Amino acid sequence: MIRALLITLALAFAAPAAAETVAITGGRVITMGPAGEFENGTVVITDGRIVAVGANVTPPDGANIIDAAGKIVTPGLVATGTALGLVEVRTVEATDDRATGARGISAAFDAAYGLNPDSLLIPVARLGGITRAIATPAYKDRDGRELLFAGQAAAVVLDGRPMLMQRGVAMVLDMGDAGAERAGGSRGSELVALRAIFAEVRDFKARRAAYDRGETRDYLLSRADMEALIPVVDGRMPLLVTVDRAADIRDALALAREKGLKLILESASEGWRVADEIAAAGVPVILTPVSNSPASFETLGATLANASRLAAAGVVIAIKGNGNHREREMRYNAGNAVANGLSWNAALAAITINPARIFGLADRIGSIEPGKEGDVVIWESDPLDTLTRPAAIFIRGRVQPMSSRATELRDRYLPALLQSAPGEKP
Amino acid sequence: MTSTVKQLSGICAALIWVATGGAALAAHGVPDDPFPSSYRPAPAAPFAIVGATVLTGTGAEIAGATVLVADGKVEAVGRALAVPQAYRQIDGRGKWVTPGIIDAHSHLGVYPSPATPSHEDGNEATSPNTAEVWAEHSVWPQDPKFRLARASGVTSLMVLPGSANLFGGRSVTLKNVPSVTTQGMKFPGAPYGLKVACGENPKRVYGSKGRSPATRMGNVAGYRRAWIDAADYVRRWDRWVAGGKAGDPPKRDLQLETLAGVLRGEILVQNHCYRADEMAVMLDVAREFGFKIRAFHHANEAFKIAPLLAKAGVCVATWASSWGAKMESLDGIEENAPIVAAAGGCAIIHSDDGLLIQRLNQEAGIAMAAANHAGLKVSRGEAIKWITANPAKAMGIADQVGTLEPGKMADLILWSADPFSVYALAERVWVDGVIQWDRTDSRYQAPSDFLLGQPGQEFAR
Repeated sequence: MIRALLITLALAFAAPAAAETVAITGGRVITMGPAGEFENGTVVITDGRIVAVGANVTPPDGANIIDAAGKIVTPGLVATGTALGLVEVRTVEATDDRATGARGISAAFDAAYGLNPDSLLIPVARLGGITRAIATPAYKDRDGRELLFAGQAAAVVLDGRPMLMQRGVAMVLDMGDAGAERAGGSRGSELVALRAIFAEVRDFKARRAAYDRGETRDYLLSRADMEALIPVVDGRMPLLVTVDRAADIRDALALAREKGLKLILESASEGWRVADEIAAAGVPVILTPVSNSPASFETLGATLANASRLAAAGVVIAIKGNGNHREREMRYNAGNAVANGLSWNAALAAITINPARIFGLADRIGSIEPGKEGDVVIWESDPLDTLTRPAAIFIRGRVQPMSSRATELRDRYLPALLQSAPGEKP
Repeated sequence: MTSTVKQLSGICAALIWVATGGAALAAHGVPDDPFPSSYRPAPAAPFAIVGATVLTGTGAEIAGATVLVADGKVEAVGRALAVPQAYRQIDGRGKWVTPGIIDAHSHLGVYPSPATPSHEDGNEATSPNTAEVWAEHSVWPQDPKFRLARASGVTSLMVLPGSANLFGGRSVTLKNVPSVTTQGMKFPGAPYGLKVACGENPKRVYGSKGRSPATRMGNVAGYRRAWIDAADYVRRWDRWVAGGKAGDPPKRDLQLETLAGVLRGEILVQNHCYRADEMAVMLDVAREFGFKIRAFHHANEAFKIAPLLAKAGVCVATWASSWGAKMESLDGIEENAPIVAAAGGCAIIHSDDGLLIQRLNQEAGIAMAAANHAGLKVSRGEAIKWITANPAKAMGIADQVGTLEPGKMADLILWSADPFSVYALAERVWVDGVIQWDRTDSRYQAPSDFLLGQPGQEFAR
């Protein structure tokens, strides 16, 4: 009953104020769903949901017709590994909620709290075609606080309205160099600590009442942290592990296999070297394809071809942007993966349906299919190219402003310049 | 004792220079070039790229052009040029040719990969004024990122000290060729730059140590104090020279020598400065002490004062995409460089980053697309200047590189596609007419020594 009521409320909240139908017509519609592409397709969105897509769809009477002739229509892009909603200016601590310095809050840290839909970063990312994101905790190592888990990621929607889409979509953990550092300085200590923690969480889950009566031994983590890890040890919440070195990836795969965890790999610079093993484990990878420098000893094998080689091995990949204020570059990162061997469709999948699947959101977003939420982007041309910009963006069926604080700054200074400058005028 | 040693070593350096015949003592008693370039391009056979679309770096886009290269120099670019018999012909049809990319702001070599305290040599963050240090003495030529940048068409770059200090030290301009020594990469005859930093970084670094500068007003006092000392140093040397060099010369001071080089117009000020108001203050400081600022770097707010910067003749090296990490970069916009250009200024897209340096062409493409969307009309011919001719100007090497005009060094790129597109790959890169990268030929892809025997090297990057 309460659940039904909540769902009803949520739907009411998500829907436009008045019943509204938008029909996007004439564009090349790339659905990223089973229907594939329509050279001259129509997408109909009613009350925030996609109700029809196809070549022979007639817009309903009274629909707001958006002409996309000559343009490309894609699902809204889904950005992974972002700080969207969690930070304004990194050096202004009060505006940075990506991480906690609290002792005793590690796995329990929840990015779903404190999300800021008014963040200046959101319109900037949105102008890059990004309509949804995974707000992902980071680490704040200071005052000797070195906890293994960064916390729980949340799925968010970027239309400036209350932005939580789904909390607890993944538990974030660093392995490799950074994880080893937090666990006392070696990989071996982290792998031991993790095994001990997961065993304790199972123990805690089985004897929670005894724990609350003080009848169990002390555990390594706080009660809140262990509660947060129960869905992880149950295999319901994926463990999102940032890891790069081929050997470390194998260690992460082995840990997940042994403990029955659902795993997502992030970064995986040397993933291509163990691509078959990742594919065999059915583990998806989130990566930044342009990160090809041997920036550390764990990324010596980094290459621009990582995305294409992982995909060729059958790994489901999602492509990330460049972090924090630079998420809008995600689509260019996908384009660079294409320039280095990934198929164009696989690259678009890596910023739409794949991240939706990886985080368990594919029933709601990631493709243009009837029943899904109305996130659609109309592009002037190829969405993966630097030379293309979005022409219109819809989130939950609502057209989004094509402005940001940056464009407002531009529009404040550019007109005066054009009147006075000796340079070329439009 | 220490001063005697310094003096002696200075004299020794001068003597060695005279002995090797390459050096001259400048009028003010400073050896011109104590760490001379040893880069000598290999002899290369003449060649012609035929049928490509060429962006010359002078503003022109020429379809179906022929580029003739001989003796390491650009010989001619144009339509329907006859190709002499002896020239090897390269089919450029469907492809693009541009001048080699020049990055006006890099820390390659001084912050090399892998990042390790052993190699992090970009900031001598021990005093707000370290004008005496030279970036070339920190460059690790084995930094694998030089090769990554080469594979992306970067043929010259200016490596700068970091921005921890008000005066970070001298920059060095390099040709992006494989070399065991830094001297083997040094761009012959390129002027030095002096890294000057505004804003948050110096005041944070020293304020947190309880030292000046802890504020922006502390920053400005620090610059002015240093320039007063430098002016005094110049006067002392000028007096000694004017007096027929009678008696002992003034004692050399490495820090003041660099600052004096700026006041004499020999060293170019490369000024890290984000905010419009701070740039305006720096222009006043420069006027007070009679020197020029060659370029503002990062300069996210240049668009607010673009006419002022154009009038002052200061280049602006900036990004399209980077903004918001700090308060002073909050107002970054994609159209920053094109607005500077539209005001008649010298606009540059720079990297300041080991990944972005591999995509300066795309970054320029982002700025160009944003500008055209905003109603500025920016052609490819103009936009390519942001990563070729204009950085060359800021670095004082525009007479030698940055365009494909006859007589310029044959630093050029053959692109697989429109170079501003995300799909464009540098198929071949020449420096002084010598192939330094070929996407399909492993002979021209050699990794640095560091990467030999390391895991995951079986493919090109």
